[in-house]
Amino acid sequence: MLELHGITQVFGGVTALENVSFTIEKGDITGVIGPNGAGKTTLFNIITGIYCQTAGTVHLEGEDISGLPPEQLVRRAMVRTFQNIELFGGMTVCENVMVGMHTKSTSGLLACALKMPWSVSEEQRIREGALTWLEVTGISDLAEVTAANLPFGKGRLLEIARALAVEPRIILMDEPAAGLNSQETVALAQLIKRIRDMGITVVLVEHDMELVMDICDRIVVLNLGRKLAEGTPREIQENRDVIAAYLGDDD
Amino acid sequence: MLSRERLGFLCFALLIALGPLVFKGGYLMNVLVYVGINTMLAIALNLLLGYAGQISLGHAGFFGMGAYLSGILTATYGWNPWLAMPFAAAVVGCLAGLIGFPVLKLKGHYLAMATLGLGIIIYIVFNETVQLTGGPSGFSGIPNLSIASLTFDSDVKSYYLVWSFALAVMLFSLNLASSRVGRALRAVHDSEVAARVMGVNARLLKVQIFALSAVICSLAGSLYAHTVTFVSPASFGFNFSIELLTMVVIGGLGSIYGSFLGAALLTLLPEFLRGANDYDIIIYGSLLMVMVMFMPGGVVRCIADLYRKLAKPKHEGGHA
Repeated sequence: MLELHGITQVFGGVTALENVSFTIEKGDITGVIGPNGAGKTTLFNIITGIYCQTAGTVHLEGEDISGLPPEQLVRRAMVRTFQNIELFGGMTVCENVMVGMHTKSTSGLLACALKMPWSVSEEQRIREGALTWLEVTGISDLAEVTAANLPFGKGRLLEIARALAVEPRIILMDEPAAGLNSQETVALAQLIKRIRDMGITVVLVEHDMELVMDICDRIVVLNLGRKLAEGTPREIQENRDVIAAYLGDDD
Repeated sequence: MLSRERLGFLCFALLIALGPLVFKGGYLMNVLVYVGINTMLAIALNLLLGYAGQISLGHAGFFGMGAYLSGILTATYGWNPWLAMPFAAAVVGCLAGLIGFPVLKLKGHYLAMATLGLGIIIYIVFNETVQLTGGPSGFSGIPNLSIASLTFDSDVKSYYLVWSFALAVMLFSLNLASSRVGRALRAVHDSEVAARVMGVNARLLKVQIFALSAVICSLAGSLYAHTVTFVSPASFGFNFSIELLTMVVIGGLGSIYGSFLGAALLTLLPEFLRGANDYDIIIYGSLLMVMVMFMPGGVVRCIADLYRKLAKPKHEGGHA
């Protein structure tokens, strides 16, 4: 599904990522873990076109997508969420998800402003679609609430609903459990499994080890900008290098 | 079936249409013509600033270009005003699009500076191309607009002419604001990176709305030129760009009706303060300061909040 080859990212004199390569299989939930500063978020920003890598390539289903901007990637059915949720704060919950359907609609500026019949019916379709995604994530009762007023946990769900509205084949989530309480985290785990069952490949950066070990099919471990290990949750838990990286190896 | 938004707009249009019956011509009628022109300009700037979140301190320049192009094409070259107006708008729109591509890459203060420079350059051109524009002393002899034998030469006729355009621009913008394009604009405003991840081509959209905004300004400029029949650079300077900005902020960012309120307030206020002799500018300034301090969301937001506060106790009263 997604192949990374020799990804290297240098910021000024600092090498944030060095020669990172791995493959994400279709239909899997893959976790990318590592101590703080390992380069996880940088890696996400490269895959999703926010940064352009210093070297290396990213292939999505065989197509080289290196250096494509995010608005192009979404047309290839790739979407992401953010560590510090990036909602459209001034808009309602429903409108947020409706923006997620931007690429599923085509009315231009003039057609919209002149309320052409096709743009009106399209608008209706967008609204109905958005409400469906709110139901999937269980926040349809908040549809008319201004997004900025949402509690953090609901904001996360909204961000996921908005990402699903893109109808992605692959979704990248940057620390989806950060800031959630234990109940919300359990519900999130269920939701992520449901997303996988919809046939969407899931990649997540996460610090909550319990969550990662519970839901991930495969795990990639980064440390200090390099790939340290890769395998099933069980293999990772038993990997000496990983334990050393997390707990220190001065024993 | 009429939606609530549609009904609201119809009521507003009706009020505007009844204006001349209430004010019976006279001096105020003339001022209300300017309110119409300024409403168009404030809406244009609001689409850019209130919706897309991109500032411009050069919008008076686009307004002036519309006015001068219409004026020169009709008075000097004998064009039909109805042809000059869309031609001017197209020229200004294309120019704004061309300038917008590099300029809108800038953000915040830098964008403010760049558009400020643009406005000043346009102003200097009006002043210096004396052969074409008449320079600082202005350009006169611009014909009124007319349809068949009806010439828009009186205040009441101008009022209906200008407000037909202003209402059209208003409806156009209201529709736009509530559409997928309007949502994309607000998305770019709130989080450009998230908007891009959702597939919004933020760069192109910003340029499009900048050009649209300039086109509306140009139309307002043409109407101004054909109504007043005289234009001079002083009307299109930096001061006026700031005044437009004030209208938008006072009225309410991201509110089309707010732009009308802001335009009405800032156009009418100086007229009402005329009696205060030299103190008018002090009162005017103080009023603006007070409004910005106590109504940070603009007049529209303030009215909405007040309405909610007044309506709320009734609901709570039942439980108490």
